[in-house]
Amino acid sequence: MEVSLKKLLLMLTILPILAWGNLMPPDGVDVFDAPNDNGKSLFVVWKRTTNETENTFYTIFVSENPAGPFHTQGAMSAALNFKSDYKSVFGLKKENSNWHAYKLDSFIIVDGKKSKNKMIAPNTRYFIRIGVKEGKNGLLSMHPETFEVIPCGNWFAWNKLNSFILFLFLMIVILLFINIAKRNPNLFIRRIAGLEAMDDAMGRATEMGKSVLFVHGLKYIHEVPTIAAINILGRIAKRVAEFDTELKVANWDPVIQQVSRETVKESYIEAGRPDAYKEENVYFASSEQFSYAAAVEGLMVREKPAANFYFGYFYAESLLLSETGNSAGSIQIAGTDAFTQIPFFITTCDYTLIGEELYAASAYLSREPKLLGSLKGQDIGKLAIILVLIIGTLCTTFGYLGFAQIFWPM
Amino acid sequence: MNFWKKTLPLSIAFILGWIGILGDYIPHQTSEELTKSIMKGLIIVFAIVAFLGLYSLLQMHWSKIKRKNVGWGYSLLVYIGFFVMLFFGLYNQGEFFWNTQVERGQIQWLYQYAFTPCQATMFSILAFFIASAAYRTFRAKSIEAGILLLAAVLVMFGVVPISGMIWKGFPEIAQWLLEYPNMAVKRAIFFGIALGAISTSLRIIFGIERSYMGGGE
Repeated sequence: MEVSLKKLLLMLTILPILAWGNLMPPDGVDVFDAPNDNGKSLFVVWKRTTNETENTFYTIFVSENPAGPFHTQGAMSAALNFKSDYKSVFGLKKENSNWHAYKLDSFIIVDGKKSKNKMIAPNTRYFIRIGVKEGKNGLLSMHPETFEVIPCGNWFAWNKLNSFILFLFLMIVILLFINIAKRNPNLFIRRIAGLEAMDDAMGRATEMGKSVLFVHGLKYIHEVPTIAAINILGRIAKRVAEFDTELKVANWDPVIQQVSRETVKESYIEAGRPDAYKEENVYFASSEQFSYAAAVEGLMVREKPAANFYFGYFYAESLLLSETGNSAGSIQIAGTDAFTQIPFFITTCDYTLIGEELYAASAYLSREPKLLGSLKGQDIGKLAIILVLIIGTLCTTFGYLGFAQIFWPM
Repeated sequence: MNFWKKTLPLSIAFILGWIGILGDYIPHQTSEELTKSIMKGLIIVFAIVAFLGLYSLLQMHWSKIKRKNVGWGYSLLVYIGFFVMLFFGLYNQGEFFWNTQVERGQIQWLYQYAFTPCQATMFSILAFFIASAAYRTFRAKSIEAGILLLAAVLVMFGVVPISGMIWKGFPEIAQWLLEYPNMAVKRAIFFGIALGAISTSLRIIFGIERSYMGGGE
């Protein structure tokens, strides 16, 4: 009896040790400051163990003091968090799926019943430990070492170096062509039918004694499609002022409305017709998508403008607006970089500026050599992209990935 | 005068434009905080200008009512809608506006049972508009329109379950059309858009594009 009790006690002591012994502490552990970031995160990497299962859990412990107390982020399943999940940091190596990686940006501090999330702060010393266990309530097998790390903010995102070089290349080419255009103002720019038709549309409005309606898309003022639309509005307003026609501008955002007012006003002054400018014609309709559409549609049905211009980024309201304009018998010209709305505009408008043509419109309408030069530079950029695509396709087809990888996140 | 009307706005556009570009390549906290404070400034501007927008809306509709323009009754509705919402918003179920908005109060009732159905009605009109627009587009008047019609019919038919029951090639054709010819065009347009956006941004940053300031040199 005594022996069996001893055996039982021995078994109770040994069994957990044996179970624990199945899971070796994490191997190849490394802790380092996350590269190309604001210094608010760090990476913990370790080798995937051969006997890990879906029921294996890793726990990372964090402290600001080498003696502790150590706090955790909670247990994480071995089925998750691999180096291959962070391509911009660890690249595209095949062995990345054999390594675990965890981006640590916060940890949980438990104080009695309360707990709070603490973010990793830049330039602070952190001490990291890591353990592994089988099952959420299993015994932890800790890596013996404590790792020290100080996360720091970076002054350049090296993972975006390829994008930065591409941006510099495009910038240099565009600026170069602007300078060439200054010396040689007769650059050839292909005809854009939609922009050629703008004068006709405004002329028609003048002949009919009806107004011209300009409709903004639904993006904010700091977004490029809206800025491009405002540039076009400036050109249209100047022409409308010269033709002595009424211009109405519908806005969905008060900031865009104020900017549009100033742009239209300045254009009228530029055209020598400040007296013709009517502030109430550049109005705020609604900031809600379908209320905006209803307000503009109402205006189209009641006032039947001779020409409708839609410029900017549109959503589902595009068809509502342009179909109503079509049934009201207006000449319609649209320009958008919203890929999903282009078919609707093509169907319902007389002319549609597709994608980049929206950005080219202002330069095209102005006929200023400097602005046209930028379009030429843009074309060279396009040519470069076409060449890269052809070379990349050929290289990849013949099994050489090196060329394509230049353009992947670094 | 030239300084206030030209030099200052162009300088602001230049400096903020570069902050915007470089902010994307400099992940450091300093750059992050600078971008954040600019965005905060933008939010403050939005909040102030919202009142100007409201003023513009009410002024425009008031002038329509006063002049008895065509459809002035709708302008009256704008006023009724505005004041009804304002009243219930301020009244706040007797808790008044200085307290947190009461849950399931009158204002939420109005939003849910008056405003949302109006929005839904507008959205549902889209179905009829799509039908009429599709009818015009798919009239096979030329070879291009014929190809478009064929592609559209194949895609529309290929994505409904019955197509696969008739012949399993239909969904594959639809998928191929979406993944290859359609995707190729989509990406070409995206390249153009990206280049156009860069070019427009550079024109504004370097003060070459000034039409937003009224056009001329």
